[in-house]
Amino acid sequence: ERAYKPVSYVDQMAIHFTLNGNMILKDSDEGRRQSIRLSTAAEKTPVETSAVTSEEEEIKDEESTGDTEAAGAEEAEGPGAVEAAEAAEAEEPPPPRVKEQKLANQFNFIERASRTLNNPMRERASQSEPTPRKTFSATANQWKIYDAYVEELQKMERSKEKEKPKAQIAKREEEKKKGRKLTTLELQSDDINKISKAAKIMERMVNQNTFDDIAQDFKYFEDASDEYRDQQGTLLPLWKFQYEKTKRLAVTAISWNPKYKDLFAVGYGSYDFMKQGQGMLLLYTMKNPSFPEYVFSSETGIMCLDFHNDHPYLVAVGFYDGNVAIYNLKKATSQPSYKSSAKSGKHTEPVWQVKWQKDDMDNNLNFFSVSSDGRIVSWTLVKNELVHTDVIKLSVEGTTMQGPEGLQLQTFGCGTSFDFHKKIDYLFLVGTEEGKIYKCSKCYSSQFLDVFEAHHMAVDSVSWNPYHLKVFISCSSDWTVKIWDHTIKTPMFIYDLNSAVGDVAWSPYSSTVFAAVTTDGKAHVFDLNINKYEALCTQLVVSKKKNKITHIQFNPVYPIVIIGDERGHVTSLKLSPNLRRMPKAKKGQEVKKGPEVEIAKLDKLLSLVREPESQA
Amino acid sequence: AEVEEILKRIQAHRGVIATMVINAEGIPVRTTLDNSTTVQYTGLLHQLTMKARSTVRDIDPQNDLTFLRIRSKKHEIMIIPGNTSIKITIELYVL
Repeated sequence: ERAYKPVSYVDQMAIHFTLNGNMILKDSDEGRRQSIRLSTAAEKTPVETSAVTSEEEEIKDEESTGDTEAAGAEEAEGPGAVEAAEAAEAEEPPPPRVKEQKLANQFNFIERASRTLNNPMRERASQSEPTPRKTFSATANQWKIYDAYVEELQKMERSKEKEKPKAQIAKREEEKKKGRKLTTLELQSDDINKISKAAKIMERMVNQNTFDDIAQDFKYFEDASDEYRDQQGTLLPLWKFQYEKTKRLAVTAISWNPKYKDLFAVGYGSYDFMKQGQGMLLLYTMKNPSFPEYVFSSETGIMCLDFHNDHPYLVAVGFYDGNVAIYNLKKATSQPSYKSSAKSGKHTEPVWQVKWQKDDMDNNLNFFSVSSDGRIVSWTLVKNELVHTDVIKLSVEGTTMQGPEGLQLQTFGCGTSFDFHKKIDYLFLVGTEEGKIYKCSKCYSSQFLDVFEAHHMAVDSVSWNPYHLKVFISCSSDWTVKIWDHTIKTPMFIYDLNSAVGDVAWSPYSSTVFAAVTTDGKAHVFDLNINKYEALCTQLVVSKKKNKITHIQFNPVYPIVIIGDERGHVTSLKLSPNLRRMPKAKKGQEVKKGPEVEIAKLDKLLSLVREPESQA
Repeated sequence: AEVEEILKRIQAHRGVIATMVINAEGIPVRTTLDNSTTVQYTGLLHQLTMKARSTVRDIDPQNDLTFLRIRSKKHEIMIIPGNTSIKITIELYVL
């Protein structure tokens, strides 16, 4: 067709511009109305020549198209004539034409614009004070949750206590007061306390480092060369304990604490009659070899000490001046808790040994003491005071003297040591300066059960065998150590050690092992099971000159002995395996452990010794 | 007090180079070293102790750290943590 076809709607059509037209058809109703209106308006305004002339030109054009030839011919004559003709023609059609002219340009577009004053803009802002902020961060660990729960639990318990009936308020208040006192004290000294604990631990750690090799030896070293030594043993020196204030004092007593196996007490004094100085009581622990845990000082030398079995914080002490005292380790003072005096019946001579007994019927603590004044005294702690009861007076037989006015004076033997039987409570032995050993009973105060003519010089120590019920051992300055059966008057075994024997002790692990120390600085360890006549180990522990050993004690748990000497040193030594031999198990038999075995072992030995005697 | 004596003894012990006591916030209360070294040690060891303790207690809340030893080629540092304070000792050991 080759013509444009208007398409009403296209998909992609985008309308850029629309203008609603406002042209009206001339012949329509509205058009005619408007034209009439315009014509009336044109009569009122006659001056519209320009419009007319333009119309005339248009008319001319229109007519000229119809009559182009005729007009052309006429125009050639003269334009004026045309103009006249036009004017004449123009007069005829102007009225209708005017209306039409008005139609063509109905609207006058006048643009008028105005602008208001813009107020200048000013910005004003205000800010409120920001709320204070704090960053908080925490980690929720397992243990923080646990701690919170524990606190809750404690709070609940406390509130429960408060809810309990008032009838128990009195007790509760007391407890609470005590509790509160404790807590306030703790709070006040908490800083120092915490540091004190830490300081103690630190000191021990540092010591462990310094004495590291010794600590390792103590724990693990077993002398392998014992196998080649043909039943001989050695004592391996471990720590050496010394304190500067006790350098001039001699060790007069050693004892292990029954509860804490590494804690031991050492009493210091002087054996010399002429030089009597002050005394000290030190408690050492093996964990800290360089400084004692507890230090107590006294005016007179301490001669003996004993720990209470049930109350391991109580130490009974006997002095050179005859007094006895009880130290309480739980209290912080350096003075004894209870002390005897001349008024309360102290001894008139040095107290050589003290030993705790079982609580008496009133549940009072009591202990025995033996002294050179010949009295064995029982001290009871009644209502915070020491009350004494003379148990036995050691009278020497056949030495009553005639004193003035016919009085008979009894001279007393001087007790130097005693020991109580482990099982039979009332039975005990007393060793004296004359060399006799008396077997006594607590029930009889004036008579002895038996007398043993034991030694030629003072008996330094007697001790019951920890397993065998009948055997005891004694040592003396007459260079001998003797083993007895208390039913037989003569000793079972006699050992001559070439020097005054200071102390002898049974070992806690075997009924046949014991150790003795002599004043020439040697320690002897015997095992009757292995060698009945000779020591398994004779070792120089302390330098021979100027130093004598005074006491020896076995540790109840570890294979350790401690030896005290006259210079105030305490040396600890480890027993080599040969000295600790347990009976070997025969094939097929179990190794029986326990006191029965030990008793049987010793019995066998004794029977060997006894038989020839009985025969003889 | 007695504690002072113990601290003195530790310091006088053979091989100990320095001792320090730190309070709960990590501020040294007592020290035998110069200030800058102390501050350095304190800051580092305090954090380490806290971490170690947190570790131990995380595994079992009823457990607690008793002490911490750090052995190095030249020295050994021993630390005892407490509730309100921490104690540190630096030791030189000769093998």
